[in-house]
Amino acid sequence: MNDVLKNIIRFILFIGLQVYVLDKVPALHRFIIPIIYFLFILWLPFSVSRFWLLIIGFITGLSYDYFKNTPGLHAAACVLIAYFRPFIVNILIPKDTSEFNYSEPSAKAMGWAPYGVYVFALSLLHHGYLLLLEWLDVGNILDLLVKVVATTAISILLIFTAEILFPRRMKYRTNTAY
Amino acid sequence: MRNVFLFIRRYFTFISFVLLQVLALSMLFRYNKYQRAVFLGKANEITGYFNSKYDNVDDYFHLKEENLRIHKMNDSLLNLLPGNFVKVDTGSHVITDTVTYDTSYLVRKYLAKEAKVVSNSINSQKNYFQINRGARQGIKDNMAVINSDGSVVGQIVGVSDNFSQAMSLLHVHSTVSAMMKKSRNNGRIEWDGQSPFYLTLKNIPKSDSVLVGDTVLTGINSYNYPPGWIIGRVSEIVEDKSTNFYVLRVRPSANFQNLQQVFVIENLQREEQVTLDKATQKKVDDLNKRKQ
Repeated sequence: MNDVLKNIIRFILFIGLQVYVLDKVPALHRFIIPIIYFLFILWLPFSVSRFWLLIIGFITGLSYDYFKNTPGLHAAACVLIAYFRPFIVNILIPKDTSEFNYSEPSAKAMGWAPYGVYVFALSLLHHGYLLLLEWLDVGNILDLLVKVVATTAISILLIFTAEILFPRRMKYRTNTAY
Repeated sequence: MRNVFLFIRRYFTFISFVLLQVLALSMLFRYNKYQRAVFLGKANEITGYFNSKYDNVDDYFHLKEENLRIHKMNDSLLNLLPGNFVKVDTGSHVITDTVTYDTSYLVRKYLAKEAKVVSNSINSQKNYFQINRGARQGIKDNMAVINSDGSVVGQIVGVSDNFSQAMSLLHVHSTVSAMMKKSRNNGRIEWDGQSPFYLTLKNIPKSDSVLVGDTVLTGINSYNYPPGWIIGRVSEIVEDKSTNFYVLRVRPSANFQNLQQVFVIENLQREEQVTLDKATQKKVDDLNKRKQ
């Protein structure tokens, strides 16, 4: 399937899942907020340029914002992780980007440990920034810290569940002739 | 000049990152200030469309509870019918009035319109719900929203053509005038952003003898909410030694989790009240100025 089409479908699915499934689930506790929609940004192909990553991040965040009535809140957090994604990918993956064997970040492409670090770093960044912005409005510093830790943990759990339940079939790309 | 272009080219990604952040943050902070969204109009129509599609399916899961609530409401109204009452004095008899307006010099102050909740949240610190009536159906800002069983749930803060957004009582910026049913003492209901099962009632003086289980109604100090509708019941009395006022934890009687059918209540005299309030304020200010 075409990469663009695939990602558009994925975008609709992630926003739909977040808005109509995860946000409708009765809260177990006020600290436990399942957030997974930003996995869309984490799964974008390596080939997307840094500028387009920012634009896509902004659009993703903003469309979710309009469902949540918080224009700008999630958009800001998504732009932040879209900005930092290339740096983290560069640290975690061997330098020469032309030799990536897979088209997008996944446990298979990066190995479980680097992928885990990648997911952890970006989730923490996303939730930290998101909740910080929320906290500026309604302040309680202890709440903020506990919430960041709890939501990050929940998100990582969800992301790895998604990773195991829906293994993405990806072609192994190589430039050597068979 | 060349250096400027080189600089921009070199840091292009960073600059666009900063620009997008500034855009997002300005949207966020402007929104919070005025309680309504920038560009919300069109976006509201689109999210409203998807939300009402989802709601069509979701409705079936709440039919039973909703029926029960409406049945109870009907029951309470049925008992108010004039036919239920008889005059014991045989010298007079009841005449059913067929005139559609009230002839006893009463003027309508509150008008209810039915609406349907299409999306709803309770998980965040600023909870809103969206209803399927908008400006075209006569919904305006500041109208009160009550649940199908008569308990208060929120107030309209944004209106588009066919949908409107209401701020739920579970919103950290929500303040509602409230009173104790027994003593008629006035206070205000707020939410601390923590548990969706508890609201906070402040400003009830300690001279009032409050007991757990006392009913809290909407108060008279409001232009938006009609007085006397139920908000909830006192569930815990927190001792605050430093003031002469109670801090009461109130269990809301509305179940915010499954809002379905609601009524939007318009205060038909709101404009007049607000104008009078402003005029008085101005007069007092002018008097003070003259004194100085």
